[in-house]
Amino acid sequence: MPDGASQLTTPADFAFAGYLARLADSHLVLGHRLSEWCGHGPVLEEDLALTNLALDCLGHATVLLRLLGQADGTGRDEDQLAYFREAVEFRNVLLVEQPNGDFARTIARVFLFAAYALPLYEQLQRSTDAALAAAATKFHPELRYHLRHAARWMLILGDGTDESHRRLQEAIDAWWPYTGELFALWPDDPALIERGLIPHPDRVRAAWEATITEVLGQARLARPVAGMHMLLGGPIGRHTETLGYLLAEMQIVARSFPGASW
Amino acid sequence: MPARTTEDAWAVIATVLDPELPALTIVDLGIVRSVAVADGGVRVAITPTFTACPAMRVIERDVAAKLRAAGFSPVTVETVLAPAWTSDWMSDAARAKLKAYGIAPPGRLSALTASRSGSPWLERDRAVPCPRCDSADTESISDFGSTPCKSLHRCRACAETFEHFKCH
Ligand SMILES: [Zn+2]
Repeated sequence: MPDGASQLTTPADFAFAGYLARLADSHLVLGHRLSEWCGHGPVLEEDLALTNLALDCLGHATVLLRLLGQADGTGRDEDQLAYFREAVEFRNVLLVEQPNGDFARTIARVFLFAAYALPLYEQLQRSTDAALAAAATKFHPELRYHLRHAARWMLILGDGTDESHRRLQEAIDAWWPYTGELFALWPDDPALIERGLIPHPDRVRAAWEATITEVLGQARLARPVAGMHMLLGGPIGRHTETLGYLLAEMQIVARSFPGASW
Repeated sequence: MPARTTEDAWAVIATVLDPELPALTIVDLGIVRSVAVADGGVRVAITPTFTACPAMRVIERDVAAKLRAAGFSPVTVETVLAPAWTSDWMSDAARAKLKAYGIAPPGRLSALTASRSGSPWLERDRAVPCPRCDSADTESISDFGSTPCKSLHRCRACAETFEHFKCH
């Protein structure tokens, strides 16, 4: 046995690493999309809010990418993982990579994602992986602000003017086919659930459904018809074309000047 | 004779300021989780207020530089997430310093959570007393401000806008 091998304290856990990648990349890509609003917010306070949401997403992604680099046994740090992987290696859900669209679409996406992330991290606080549980405990109160902010806008726009209502309804309808992927059960998941590492997605979905029903009702928005075809692919690296363009912009500086610091 | 005890290390760390809130030291803020001195070296664990706090790397660097200058070697500074920071880790002295600096300090988290009922988006924001004139007649402008740990408010009595260190 080579000397180095005895120093490995934990063997690679590819199934768990795959799950961490789904979480980490979803926060990273959503954070990048939100950061595109910097300097373009409809009012100064909202510009600050959207960029704060973006910053939170990057913070969450950073923590999760570090865990990923340990779980997959490569020891890669968050920068190597964020800047030096190709689109097919990203595991984010398709929802977060789509272009922002207008403010209604941006807010509706934050709402749909935060309504999923809040109960997810509530349950991940009880993960048998101590590091993920600690991260979830840290993230949870922060994500509460995301849901609060987005849901308040849902009420303002949905129950606002005819135009704001029309645009927000259109946004919900447009995002809906992407929501099924949030709760998909992938082949490696049952074993992770069995080990107590992650919650069953149905338990997260129940909380998400309750939030969606309540807010759509209060905002006078119609819930899209049941049984709609749901898009799947992000968590197995089958992305839409738009992710490549997003990554090109996100990664260009790091790839042009590897190891640069400022 | 250079400093060598755990108390000496704490005294050095207590001089490190929060770069974004220079009215407070990182000990005031309650983000120093452990200090372990052994064989002339020291190992320090700090924790972020908010996960994305952009000041963490600067703080890590400042802590390490000051400890080295005080004669500790080797110096290790690591960031940990547990136990998670909440605003309840901030001392009363720190709250007074914040207020004097013009930032409304956080209340007690237990009082806030006890006042919460129902959905987060329907909550009525609790009025944060104005740090300038102490009026309770204030309104919330935004949960988000110049850093992740601060929210924005307006005082109806003195008409000033002010920041509040989030109760979180
Ligand atoms: Zn005032």
